[in-house]
Amino acid sequence: MRGAAARGPIVIRPGRLPLSWTVDRRVPPVLLLLGLATVVATVLSVGYGQYFIAPLDVLRTFLGLETGNPNHPFVVTTLRLPRVLIAFLVGLALALAGTIAQGLARNPLASPDILGVNAGASLAAVALIVLAPAAPFYLVPPAAFAGALVVAALIAALSLRGGGSPIRLVLIGVGFAAVAGALTTALLTLGRTLFAARALIWLAGSVYGRSWRELWAILPWLAVFVPLALLLARHLDVLHLGDDVARGLGSRLALWRGLLLLTAVALAGAAVATAGAVGFVGLMAPHLARRLVGPAHAGLLPTAALTGGLIVLLADLAGRALFAPVELPCGVITAIIGAPYFFYLLYRSGGS
Amino acid sequence: MSVLQARDITLAYDGVPVIAGVDLPVPPGQITALIGPNGCGKSTLLRGLARLLKPRAGAVYLDGAAISALPTKELARRLGILPQSPTAPEGLTVRDLVAQGRYPHQGWFQQWSREDEAVVARALDITGTTALAGRPLDTLSGGQRQRAWIAMALAQETPILLLDEPTTFLDIAHQLEVLHLLERLNREEGRTIVMVVHDLNHAARYAGHLVAMAEGRIVVAGPPREVLTPATLREVFAVEVDILTDRRTGAPICVPYGLCSPAAPSLGAAPGGERAHQPAVR
Repeated sequence: MRGAAARGPIVIRPGRLPLSWTVDRRVPPVLLLLGLATVVATVLSVGYGQYFIAPLDVLRTFLGLETGNPNHPFVVTTLRLPRVLIAFLVGLALALAGTIAQGLARNPLASPDILGVNAGASLAAVALIVLAPAAPFYLVPPAAFAGALVVAALIAALSLRGGGSPIRLVLIGVGFAAVAGALTTALLTLGRTLFAARALIWLAGSVYGRSWRELWAILPWLAVFVPLALLLARHLDVLHLGDDVARGLGSRLALWRGLLLLTAVALAGAAVATAGAVGFVGLMAPHLARRLVGPAHAGLLPTAALTGGLIVLLADLAGRALFAPVELPCGVITAIIGAPYFFYLLYRSGGS
Repeated sequence: MSVLQARDITLAYDGVPVIAGVDLPVPPGQITALIGPNGCGKSTLLRGLARLLKPRAGAVYLDGAAISALPTKELARRLGILPQSPTAPEGLTVRDLVAQGRYPHQGWFQQWSREDEAVVARALDITGTTALAGRPLDTLSGGQRQRAWIAMALAQETPILLLDEPTTFLDIAHQLEVLHLLERLNREEGRTIVMVVHDLNHAARYAGHLVAMAEGRIVVAGPPREVLTPATLREVFAVEVDILTDRRTGAPICVPYGLCSPAAPSLGAAPGGERAHQPAVR
């Protein structure tokens, strides 16, 4: 990999237009491979289930071709595809939010949790489920989103004062997460068992039963904030060098940090509102991506995004396949893989 | 030539003034060295000059305009700062780091122009880091890493360059390497350089203008010969020194032989060594 870096970056400079761009040489092949893996995993995941559909038939149905089985279009397009796409998009959004959080905190062990998104969303969702069990379940996602925004806004407002140093962000984020977590636990303990159980399932993070409606709900957020995240890569690179260096290079710290924070919160909030608190993706994906393409964000952000999407997609497939017909939420799978990974990272960073 | 000047500035950390009412004209086209004991405010003054720290009173002027009124990107094209011991993310290559120096010259759509490429190549070349371009910073020696950071500051292409202790934590060979580089940048490219240094003899040898500070004020400023006197060093560092002359360069050399104050600790009379005994106060 070092050999590839030594040959220099790829430069894109079309004609005489005042446009130019550069990216690490490792990025295009990595993105291509991740893209291919995503397509393969999507086809397998859509085909898998009690009603098994062969990969070739899944592909045919995607392309609108006849498979000779009249059930295929319904099972593939209506039942399974939206769920699989949502798993991918949720992972993608969490990974982008995690990459931004780690860049802002200047700490590779940070996760979107320090932004308070999961804590706020969980608290709001559990409060709704436990305190107002009569409320229809479709109110949970917007409530979770609102909770995420409120807590994230509080953290942002408190940590951005005075330019917002990374350590301030981390400490305030951890503090709020602890308080919100305690309140959530209190609600679960005090609430009736049935409602608490329902809330716990939501907390685990799952894409069970998600349909096109949820997909259309999350898409506008991604359509705005995914491109924004990619556009802000340059500013995140500079912030990553520390406040003094960034200011010396002419970065407007409060502006870019605020925009990046907003982007990360919107992405993580949209994800958690759609699928609940799917954990560790925002921590793992940027890490794996950094190993693949290095720390420059122009390449890191898209790589982490595809990695995160693929992780949740595979976690959902594994959750359905491992103990079938019993289904494990994808959040449980990501936690089973993510928690040891996190400890491994902690161990490694402690050793150096 | 760009003229940088601090006028009557007061700089404070958390409300505690470190520098009060200091005037500092920076001679253009020269190397200026800020010297003084730990906690005297030299790094603080440098941070004030670079707008990393906002003055409580007074202002810093660049060509007559207050830097606080200049758009931050425009200022970054005219004034570069390399803070003390900066850190880079793990795995960042030298080339990627140096390319960050082009940040103030780039826009949303123009992110890697031919000029950017040429300037970065030159910055790598002049700092001798071309061969290291593809290496992650964390695999380099201290001297190589410091040269990479200086290359980043060079890629910023500013006529004025401020450096906070660019030779700290380097062994003697790497210290000289960095100082030679700064001397070349000053002579061949006419860049104005302001640096905080601890080694008085390095300051005398490489800087044309010395600023001696103590307790948040400037004691004396001028050519090395006028600043490095037994009387000044007694006042600034509370040390007794002999001043000799370097036969090769004609620069003054100071040889410390004792402390003036009986209250001071008995160890570490050498001006370069005091760092180890006192926590750095910035």
